[in-house]
Amino acid sequence: MGTASETHAVLPTTDFQRLLEALSMKGYRVVGPTVREGSVVWETIRQVSDLPIGWRDQQEPGRYRLEHTGSNDIFGVVHGPQSLKPFAFAPREPLLQIERSKNGFTTSSTFPQSEKVAVIGARACDLAGLAVQDRIFLEDAYRDPYYAARREGLFLVAVNCTRSLTTCFCASMETGPRVSRGFDLALTEVDDSFLVEAGSEAGRDLLSGLSLPPASEDLIGEAGSRIEACARNQVRRLDLARLPQALYEAHEHARWDEVAGRCLACTNCTMVCPTCFCHTIEETPDLSHQQSTHVRLWDSCFSQQHGYIHGKNIRPTIKDRYRMWLTHKLASWIDQFGTSGCVGCGRCITWCPVGIDLTEELPALLTSGVQSSIANQQVGDP
Amino acid sequence: MMAKVGSMINPYVIHPATILEKIREAEDINTYRLQLVEEGTRQLFRFQAGQFNMVYQFGVGEVAISIVSDPDEPQILDHTIRTVGRVTKAIADLQPGEALGIRGPFGEGWPLEEAKGRNVLIVTGGLGCAPVVGAIEYIFRRRAQYGSIKILHGVKTPHDLLYRERFDHWRRAPDTEVLLTSDQPDKTWRYHIGVVTELFEGVTIDPAKTIVLMCGPEIMMRLGVPILMRRGIPATAVYVSLERHMECGIGLCGHCQMGPYFLCKDGPVMRYDRVEQWLGRTGV
Repeated sequence: MGTASETHAVLPTTDFQRLLEALSMKGYRVVGPTVREGSVVWETIRQVSDLPIGWRDQQEPGRYRLEHTGSNDIFGVVHGPQSLKPFAFAPREPLLQIERSKNGFTTSSTFPQSEKVAVIGARACDLAGLAVQDRIFLEDAYRDPYYAARREGLFLVAVNCTRSLTTCFCASMETGPRVSRGFDLALTEVDDSFLVEAGSEAGRDLLSGLSLPPASEDLIGEAGSRIEACARNQVRRLDLARLPQALYEAHEHARWDEVAGRCLACTNCTMVCPTCFCHTIEETPDLSHQQSTHVRLWDSCFSQQHGYIHGKNIRPTIKDRYRMWLTHKLASWIDQFGTSGCVGCGRCITWCPVGIDLTEELPALLTSGVQSSIANQQVGDP
Repeated sequence: MMAKVGSMINPYVIHPATILEKIREAEDINTYRLQLVEEGTRQLFRFQAGQFNMVYQFGVGEVAISIVSDPDEPQILDHTIRTVGRVTKAIADLQPGEALGIRGPFGEGWPLEEAKGRNVLIVTGGLGCAPVVGAIEYIFRRRAQYGSIKILHGVKTPHDLLYRERFDHWRRAPDTEVLLTSDQPDKTWRYHIGVVTELFEGVTIDPAKTIVLMCGPEIMMRLGVPILMRRGIPATAVYVSLERHMECGIGLCGHCQMGPYFLCKDGPVMRYDRVEQWLGRTGV
């Protein structure tokens, strides 16, 4: 390894188009945040002006607003409702095409076409969320070939955060605001230039093609201090110290009733969560009933049918479902995958229509309240 | 048949299977004897008693159903299916010669190796007996390798008693006891009246030598296991087969969770001490 200035390059904001073109030349469809209907969503972009230049997001529990600042910042918007999740774990994934035949039927796998997609503007929390999904879909007992096919084609251009939202708590989750792994290129926007680092062979290859000048120690230092300030400015945090056990023990806590009184079971938190992976499989036969498509769709533990089992619902109440979601996200996820299911992006707080905030709920649940002990929940003698 | 990490095999692929026989067990319950159509798949298919398949009806969908036939004859797959929902209703219309789909086998089965040389106490309730029937048949085919067998089976009404001939057959076997009970008997009922846990009083148990296989409603497990534990059987010698909504069979869809477990891959058969704290919790 050389000095920092040998591994860090500088890209003037006015040259940003060169990065987009270099990615296109390598065969990538370039995707970035774009303003749409008061929010930002991932769209295919062709020029820098497609990006949300001069926009900034304000996020609070149950509230998302874009405001125009008039600055030249390209990445003033921290994030929209989408994480990287839809790129690899598609919201709607046809799995099989099934056709009637003389022996019953034949099935063929409908794998997604391999596509090279470069995503510009992924944040540290998004990369952390993707790493959690990789653990689930690629590194567990079974490897999901659909996820794998989509994941393979991704080139990730991350952006280090230099501004925290009031809903952010990645610093306490140790997932951000600086990206540490899982990126091909990482950018830090410092006034009218970008500090650029490569995080993979593909990233180094692309970076060398751009022949950018090395970054000055000053720029590197300034970028670092802005990221650190961003971490310090975070007002929310989550303390996982006593998890998973403490949350398991809070199963009968009165707070569940209280939060269930506010929760609408709308599923928003699970849809915007970068790690939620529940899905259902739907069968759609054609009109002739000779062909049928087996499709995977995102599901949510807040949906009615999630806990359904032959005529009975294991989780009939909103209380049951909120408890399922939070206990899974923050506790049982650790037992299942060796990592928390929360990366601290704060999306579930912002996009909850009633502003339920898990960084408030967890401490409340871990504070002794009206709580019956687990032992009393066990049925002893008949 | 299903390959694990690193394989290119797609765990979602459904394999057609011909219905060789449809055996009526009760008004709304049939056992389907299936044979996989593809020669290669059939040759590779292996399963353990207590494992399940996702059974698919063309154009309708899949349901998780345990395999009740003998693991040593994996070319024939028996599934006992009760008509309760959308998919099982469609399956009920099928006749021999028609096809179902199979994806599997999935999950952890009964600890039949560990049970060798020990007395086996089987406690079942209602339709819960289906997943354990394969285990009982397995033991009977290797009868000399096991100690005494006690089968305690409870039903709500005599109408719910399936596999009558099998119970009669097992009852006549040496060193085997079969005790039946019904909550709501009718005039023809010749056995015990009450819940299955009451049958414990009528059997002698050598706690150090006994392994327990339990299948049925969770309330039966929660009430029954503490009684057995008081008679000296450790929780680590009790295995229960649990049910949750299973859609994918591979631990990815999230529906079958019970606490930290995905019952489709960590279960459905679980050692009691691992699930004790989750049984009976509302919403888990």
